Order: sequence, then structure tokens, then C-alpha cells
Amino acid sequence: MKINAHNMYYRDLNKMVRKAIKKGEKEIVLDNVCGQYYIGDGLTRKDVKIIINGVPGNDMGAFMNGPIIIVNDDAQDAIGNTMNGGKIVVYGNVGDVLGYSMRGGVIYVKGNAGYRTCIHMKEYKGMHPTVVIGGCTGAFAGEYMAGGTLIILGIDCNPLTGYYLGTGIHGGRIFLRGQIDKKLLSRDVKTVEPDMKDKRAIENQVREFCKLFNYEYDDIMKPGFVKIVPASKRPYAHLYISGP
Amino acid sequence: MKWMKNLKTYIPGDFVVVRDDNKCIRCKACVEQCSFEANFYDDEEDRVWSWDGHCVGCQRCVYICPTDAIRVEPREEIYRHHENWKIYHIKGIEKRANFGGAPIVSMGTDKEYPIYWDHILLNASQVTNPAIDPLREPMELKTFIGRKPSVLEIKKSKYSKTKIPPQLELEIPIMFSAMSYGAVSKNVIEALGRASEAMATCFNSGEGGLYKEHYKFGNRLIVQVASGRFGVHKDYLNIASAIEIKIGQGAKPGIGGHLPGEKVSKEISETRMMPRGADAISPAPHHDIYSIEDLRQLIYALKEATRYRKPVIVKIAAVHNVAAIASGIARAGADAICIDGFKGGTGASPQVIRDCVGIPLELALASVDTRLREEGIRNEVSLIASGGTRCSTDVIKAIALGADAVYIGTAALVAIGCHLCQQCQRGNCAWGIATQDPFLSKRVNPDIAAEKLINLLKVWSLEIKEMMGAMGINSIESLRGNRLALRGVGLTDTDLNILGILPAGA
Repeated sequence: MKINAHNMYYRDLNKMVRKAIKKGEKEIVLDNVCGQYYIGDGLTRKDVKIIINGVPGNDMGAFMNGPIIIVNDDAQDAIGNTMNGGKIVVYGNVGDVLGYSMRGGVIYVKGNAGYRTCIHMKEYKGMHPTVVIGGCTGAFAGEYMAGGTLIILGIDCNPLTGYYLGTGIHGGRIFLRGQIDKKLLSRDVKTVEPDMKDKRAIENQVREFCKLFNYEYDDIMKPGFVKIVPASKRPYAHLYISGP
Repeated sequence: MKWMKNLKTYIPGDFVVVRDDNKCIRCKACVEQCSFEANFYDDEEDRVWSWDGHCVGCQRCVYICPTDAIRVEPREEIYRHHENWKIYHIKGIEKRANFGGAPIVSMGTDKEYPIYWDHILLNASQVTNPAIDPLREPMELKTFIGRKPSVLEIKKSKYSKTKIPPQLELEIPIMFSAMSYGAVSKNVIEALGRASEAMATCFNSGEGGLYKEHYKFGNRLIVQVASGRFGVHKDYLNIASAIEIKIGQGAKPGIGGHLPGEKVSKEISETRMMPRGADAISPAPHHDIYSIEDLRQLIYALKEATRYRKPVIVKIAAVHNVAAIASGIARAGADAICIDGFKGGTGASPQVIRDCVGIPLELALASVDTRLREEGIRNEVSLIASGGTRCSTDVIKAIALGADAVYIGTAALVAIGCHLCQQCQRGNCAWGIATQDPFLSKRVNPDIAAEKLINLLKVWSLEIKEMMGAMGINSIESLRGNRLALRGVGLTDTDLNILGILPAGA
């Protein structure tokens, strides 16, 4: 099913999408999208695919728990906010706060991501959020990260992340392709070699990434990866005592 | 003696446990019940002793002792008097120097600040208008929380054509404020839920998600979305009657939350949807909200996710520019604003923040109500006042100052056994309230606790009706924002001006 979103108010567009899903549509193509907010917000059907032609607005896929969203262009801020499950593929760049507090699902971005990517991402039981960025990210990526996996490939860009990577991180892991300039890291992280399990996870994700965005798998894997983990699982525990 | 002092860290305690040995029957109940290990039994001497330094003054042993043999007294001031260097400052420095950490405290500030409620008096009818007897005449406390339309279009059939935005319908204007599972025990939440159902009011999940057994209270539940987004998912948003975005709380304006890993048990990990034993860290800000426009974005993201069926409340701490901030929140599309005054405080917070940050609820509430009226948008948003409400007169004064409803937190905990010993952050509450220890948390029986909460709300409602009746008002709606019902005593002109009330006698 196709919906022409040209000049459409976001509330009407999202209502149409929900109605279409209720009617049993499995694939919805949104044409001429231009900044409409909240596409896919709170949707749960796992067998639904939403294809967006144009640039979707903020909070796309917020509280989402199932569907696949494909964006054939750039996307704006707060994509995948508090997302619980599903898949988002962006063929361009994304704005700030990608995957804030994301708890499940996967996000693939071909281009760059803005500031504060994947902050407070967390994992729980079978839910393991994964975000793969093809380009680079802005400062404060992985801030307060409590779980999940962030992979930054940095294809054709240097440096591949901004300052203060992983500030306040206390869980999860960040994989960076190639080498990392130590001065970009926050003091709350440490750099380690990926183990066998990590390598398999990276291989799987990179293979999927290459398939989606048409890259040569071997070229991407060549420079190797470093793994960034929390220096402490409890970065703030020692700062406080019980009063009064 | 079983206990030895460690001189490196010793600081005299605040209390002395006095035990009448003649009355003591060596039942050891106080030993078993004291979760702070202040009482111990010496079997060689067959005598119960106390380690005063451990006593927090929670009164558990006093209440539990079958022969009334125990008294807890304040430890006398032992330092030479100094007007500038109070014992509080000296001990504060010792504590920081000895342990190398910032003290975390709870239960709102215990410092001496003016309590404006106690300087406000209510009106009553005499001669010129009749008082109403609430025991014989109908009195209405029903309250709707939500955005009210500016105009009602009435059709011929006398029904309104205007579509009314979603409302939270309450039989009484008193709700239970946000206390998460994790901060308080499962039994406490069960009791709050049952009392809310019985009294047709609401309780608030706090930011810790909703335990599976508590989904049954959905009709009477406000769920909170805070910066950590713990336990926030589709079912959680859909089950509730309203959603509250917590920007800040009175106990710790501008400060994030931190539930230590020791408290994250299996159940709490399931509720918060995070690994067991990990620290639950809530960032100070929502990192997707750096402006009023961003707040609007989250409000509408939540409305979209719940199909515009539920009111969205935004909770902020009362701070210096609260009136302007509240105006922004109203314009951002919130259905209600909760203003949490700085005396509020079931939340654990660094001591300096609790005691020095924020402003009193009374002034904040009055200035917000005034500002929203001046701007002609008061109808677009309901106001919920919270923070240190101690009695039914505080509630009625808050409503007359402009609140639609009041949240109570500490008062509810006191009803079920809390004695404000301010040790919530330690997780070994002797009254079984702020703890996850199964041995301790079973001290709160949900049946009894729910009954006590219901009693409290019933009595407060009766008292409010009596005060309304005395004023000749039979509906709480007529009292809302009716500041002519209030007079100030012992307040400065500036205070009276901000509160928008006349001095007594005027």
C-alpha cells in the first residue's frame, strides 16, 4: 500500500499508517515524507514493513516494538527513542540522540549519526539492542550506556567518533573499526581486544550491514576492531555514603 | 561488649536507647526487629544492651517492646556552644572526611525554613452567608485532572458538542505520589493500589516500571516516564490511566536517580527491565529534552503511542523560574503539571541538594497559578501540588491557592508505619517500607496498610468537607484558586503578594 505524505500533518499520516496496519497491510510505502514526526511510534506488529521515501521527522520508531522501518534518505533526531524491538534501516545520515534508552531491536545507519548516539541504551534478558553506524558519530556516543552493542565503522571518515565516548558507561560494549585516538575516550572506559564471541557478533552485524548497503565485507573487516567497555560497572558507587 | 568502636570512623550517634532493665523480659524482640543492629543480647549476662551509635530513631523497638521497657531519646548536645558551628556542621564535616563520600538522605529537608501553610488561615461563614453541614448535605470533592476546553458548545439536546480532552476522574483531590518499586517494597505498592481503588483516586508507579502483579491496578494508576526510561514499554504505557513525565522532583531538583545494584533483585530487574544486580542510573536530564519544544515532542510521542487517550502530566520541581517554566509546559501540550515543592521528599537525594535547592511549594504554586491565569491558559492545564503535605488543611489550602489536586507521599508512608528516620537509602527499613529484604518487607501487611491508607483518605476527606462546609462551599470546584478563602498571619508584604492573599484582618 502506498500513502502520499506530501503536505500531510503528522497526526493524520500516523493515523493512516495505524489504520492500514489494522486492516492487515504488511508493507506500507510512504512517499514524499518531509519531517513528519513519530512515524512508527508505539507500533507492535512484527510482520509489518514501512518504507519511507523522504526524510522522516523526529522520534521515528519511538516506543516501537516490532515493525521494520526502511528510510531511503536521511532521518532526523531521536530515532528509535526507548525502542523495545524491531528494525530500522537508514540509507542516509541520522540526527542527534539516536536510540536513546533503546532496550531492544536493531538500527543500521549507512551514513553518520549526530551527538549522543545510543545514550542509556540497555539490555535485558533476551533483549539486546544493537546499533551499527556506517559513518562516524558526534560527541558523547554511548553516554550512560548500560547494555547493548554499538558498532561504529567510520567508513571514509576520521575520526570516527567525537569527544567523551562512553561517559558514565556502566554496561554494554562499543566496537570501533580500526584504531581509536585515546583522547576521544571518556575516563569511564577502557579499551580491550574483542574476544571470539565479540568477533562473531561483529562479523554477523557487518555482514548484514554490507548486504543492506552494498559494501565489500572483506574491505570493511580489514582494519580490525577495538572494543570499548566500562572501566567500572559501578562508576558512581564510591561517591556517596549514607547520611544523615 | 560485642561491639568495638573504630576510632578512625567513629562519630557519636544522634540517639540514646534507654532500656528499663526491670521491665525488660529478655524476649529479644527488639534485637530481632532492629535492622540497624542497635540492640544485642549478651547471653553471659542475660541482658539486652544497645549500641546507641547505630540507632537511627525509627522507634521500631519502642513500638514492638511488649513491656514498654524502651525509650529512644535524643543524644544531648555535648559540644561547646558555637553560634556558627552547629553540631550539624561539625558532624557533617566529620562524616565527609571519615568516609570520603557525599551523604545521601531522604524524607525532605529537615532544616528550618518557613512553612507558609502554618501562616495561612481559612475563612468561615458567619451571618451573611450560611455554613453548610457536611454530615447532612451533599458535598462534592470530585476532581478531573486534564485539559479543559475554553468554550463548551452545547447542542439542543443539552449535550456538549465540544470534544473533551482525556481526563483523570478522581473522587477526592488527593493522590499518592510517585514511589517506585525498588524504592518501596512490593507490599507498599499493593497497599497504595488497593487504597486508590477503594477511594477512587490514583497512585503513581514512580520511574521503576510496573511489577507484573500490579498491572491489575491499571485503572487507578499513573505511570512515570523518567530520564532512565526504566520499564517503559508498550504495555506499561497502555495499562495506565495517565502518564507522567518526570523532569524533576522536589527532593532533588536537577539531580538524577541512582538505585544501587544491591537493591536490584530478581523482581526489580524484571520490573525495571535491566540486569539483576546492576546499578540503575537515571541521568539528571532527559537527553531528548533540552527545551520546551523537545518536551512537546516527548509529550506527543507518548500521546501518539497511546492514541491520545490518556492525559500526560509533566512533573517539575519548584525552582526559581517555575511560573515561566510551567507556562511553557502548558503550551507544550501537557494536560497537567505537577509542582513538587522543595520540602517534598520520599526520594533519596544528596544532602546538600535536599536542603538547599528549590523553593517552597506554597510560593511556587501561587505564582504558577497566577501566571497561568494572567496568560489566560489556566484552563488548559491542571495543577497538582506536591511536596510536604502533612494534613488535610495543607490540602485545602493548596487547592485554594490554585491546585486541582494534591499528591501525598510521605504522609502515606507515615500512615503505614514510617517514622521519618531518613534511612530510606540504606535499604534496611525496620518498618518494612523502603526495603527489598523479604524478612523486613513482610512487616508491611498489605491488608492492614491498605486499611490505614483508606482511613487516612476518608478522614482527610471528611475534614476537607467540614472546612468547606464552614466556608459555605459545597463543591471543591468552587474553592479551587479561591484565594479570598485564605488570610495570612505573620507574613511579609512580599510573601502575601506572591501568595496572592490578604493579611488577616484585611
